Amino acid sequence: GEIGLSGPGSSQRAFGINSILYQRGIYPPETFTRVTHYDLSLLLTTDPKLKSYLTNVVSQLKEWLFECTVQKLVLVITCLETNEVLERWQFDIECDKSAKESSAPREKSIKTIQHEIRSVIRQITATVTFLPLLETPCAFDLLVYTDKDLVVPDKWEESGPQTIDQPEEVRLHSFTTSIHKVNSMVAYKKTESA
Amino acid sequence: MIGKLCRRLLLQYLTTVYENVDKMAQFGFENDIHSILKLDMPITNAPMARWQRKASSSNTSALSGLSPGKSANVSLSSSKTPSKTPGKNKKQTPSKMGGDRFIPIRNSKQMDVATFLLTKENEPADTNTSVTSETQKAWSVSLNGYNVEDAKILHLGGKPLNAPEGYQNNLKVLYTHTATPASIKKSRYISSTPDRILDAPDLRNDFYLNLLDWSSRNFLAVALHNSVYLWDATQGDILLLMKMEREEDYICSLSWTKEGSYLAVGTSDCKVQLWDVENQKRLRSMASHTARVGSLSWNDHVVSSGSRSGHIHHHDVRVADHHIGTLTAHAQEVCGLKWSPDGRYLASGGNDNLVCIWPRAQGGSAGNDSQLIRCWSEHQGAVKALAWCPWQPNILASGGGTSDRHIRIWNVNSGSCISSLDTQSQISSLVFAPNYKELVSAHGYAHNNVVVWKYPSLSKVAELNGHDDRVLSLTLSPDCSTVATVAADETIRLWKSFEMDPIKKKAKERMVKSTSSVIHQSIR
Repeated sequence: GEIGLSGPGSSQRAFGINSILYQRGIYPPETFTRVTHYDLSLLLTTDPKLKSYLTNVVSQLKEWLFECTVQKLVLVITCLETNEVLERWQFDIECDKSAKESSAPREKSIKTIQHEIRSVIRQITATVTFLPLLETPCAFDLLVYTDKDLVVPDKWEESGPQTIDQPEEVRLHSFTTSIHKVNSMVAYKKTESA
Repeated sequence: MIGKLCRRLLLQYLTTVYENVDKMAQFGFENDIHSILKLDMPITNAPMARWQRKASSSNTSALSGLSPGKSANVSLSSSKTPSKTPGKNKKQTPSKMGGDRFIPIRNSKQMDVATFLLTKENEPADTNTSVTSETQKAWSVSLNGYNVEDAKILHLGGKPLNAPEGYQNNLKVLYTHTATPASIKKSRYISSTPDRILDAPDLRNDFYLNLLDWSSRNFLAVALHNSVYLWDATQGDILLLMKMEREEDYICSLSWTKEGSYLAVGTSDCKVQLWDVENQKRLRSMASHTARVGSLSWNDHVVSSGSRSGHIHHHDVRVADHHIGTLTAHAQEVCGLKWSPDGRYLASGGNDNLVCIWPRAQGGSAGNDSQLIRCWSEHQGAVKALAWCPWQPNILASGGGTSDRHIRIWNVNSGSCISSLDTQSQISSLVFAPNYKELVSAHGYAHNNVVVWKYPSLSKVAELNGHDDRVLSLTLSPDCSTVATVAADETIRLWKSFEMDPIKKKAKERMVKSTSSVIHQSIR
């Protein structure tokens, strides 16, 4: 695996996204396979459409991360039938621009990367235990909040924020990559009490 | 709206479970966590407590050592250091960098917004346009976390992705057993704010004292320096029961008798006083100890007292020669003392980290050390918190001080420790709340809160936050619906978190028998 300024950052997010999709049951569990990356056993999807989608998004994200033009990454889970937003995983990214410009790129040891990926995955796993069940078929979308003056690349479109009406929110542990600090939270729709 | 309970619980869980990865010093957040965990730094910017100011102004030498006997230079990793001579060490509290409250992340953007939002009502209205755009910007920032106008939201074109047709999310099978916080039927509501706050000025900030007790007649007694106040929880009146003559003396412990008409008071001048509350008269002043009496517990007509000397005395209050027994197993201040509800065992906890169990002496004769049943040394900190389980006989809960932070549940018969839980914070008091079969703990450094645990699983049910400084004592109301806590922030907070279902309550009330006063006939 690559160890670079933005490499680990986006890999973490790719694994994190896969993890959320797996844990929340958006895709059938049997469509996920375990791969070894950074000496960790991690889940990745085998669904071809999803795979290609994620590859596209992640590679673009990598570029934006490197340029420090990304502010947030949001995974939105919507009800397939009604389009209502049920869950919203938000990762706020604070980029240390000075670090990017410094002459010597900060190297990250495998151990640190592992640790960070593990903590992202673990957080997601822990959070999932109390999130309400997603009982209807769901779709998901990945939104990237970028700087306003960014040129929109091919195939990307502008979108609304897709927020939840009156959500319950839980803030998760923050973690860092070599040049970014990521704060994360998950917002979900309150379920009606029986 | 943020689900406060859920968020707090999760934040607590996540921040304690996950190690702090970041080695880069640029994030002050991590530094804050580290410095908070290091409990050996003196507080640099705290104002003097009122009693300290009073002490320095009244200028007496006896007040110089107003602090727990233990040295505060105990870090989490090392084992406990034994206390030096009492009264010598200065009180030390952990440093909380930059203020009293632990605030995890200060985002400069949010601070600006916050300031703006706070002051905008007081600012004179300039021109319309500038105000609206500023307001909008502020609201936008607080809602979205940043100014929406400054960002573009992009996504990869095309329909949102979903799983192939026919796939039904079958995680339902796994999760149906657990109730999620948002969907729990809230038949029981645990408020995160206290039902009531009472002022407790001059309260001594001393871990080892037991200055709060709630009687079966619904009077809450609290000792503020050298005075005892009673708060009538039914009517709301406050009564000054007593005040010690000498300014340099102070009250060290309080304990109501079972039927609530007499109050035992332990003092710094080594006495145990007995007060008739109805007539507001002192009945006895029993001398036998050689050091202050920091703990008391009643067993019918016998009141047991624990002293800084490490000795426990039994006093039969009906007779002139009251001192009927001495127990000397503890080497340091006896700060925890509780007779079991059935009166068969006395549990004592000391600054020497020991928990001792003694039987009730036979036929009124003096109890002595040879009868010591159990002596547990598992705690690594002072054991002040002791509580007997009211619905399960022979079960005792104990809680350790700063270096220990564990709750331990013991079976007195078998002598074994049934379970143990690290609460991450100094435990000053424990009480069993029978209405929902829970255990409630009061904490000092570093959380300064009250936690409700399900018994016997010891899973966290709720956290009651609000005190600004360490919680020193906890007591349960006679109807078991409320806990009262007193803290170094000089307030008493009442948390009505255990109110019972009205139907269950009626059933319970039918079972309660009235107790007759044993002492009233016997006291001369």
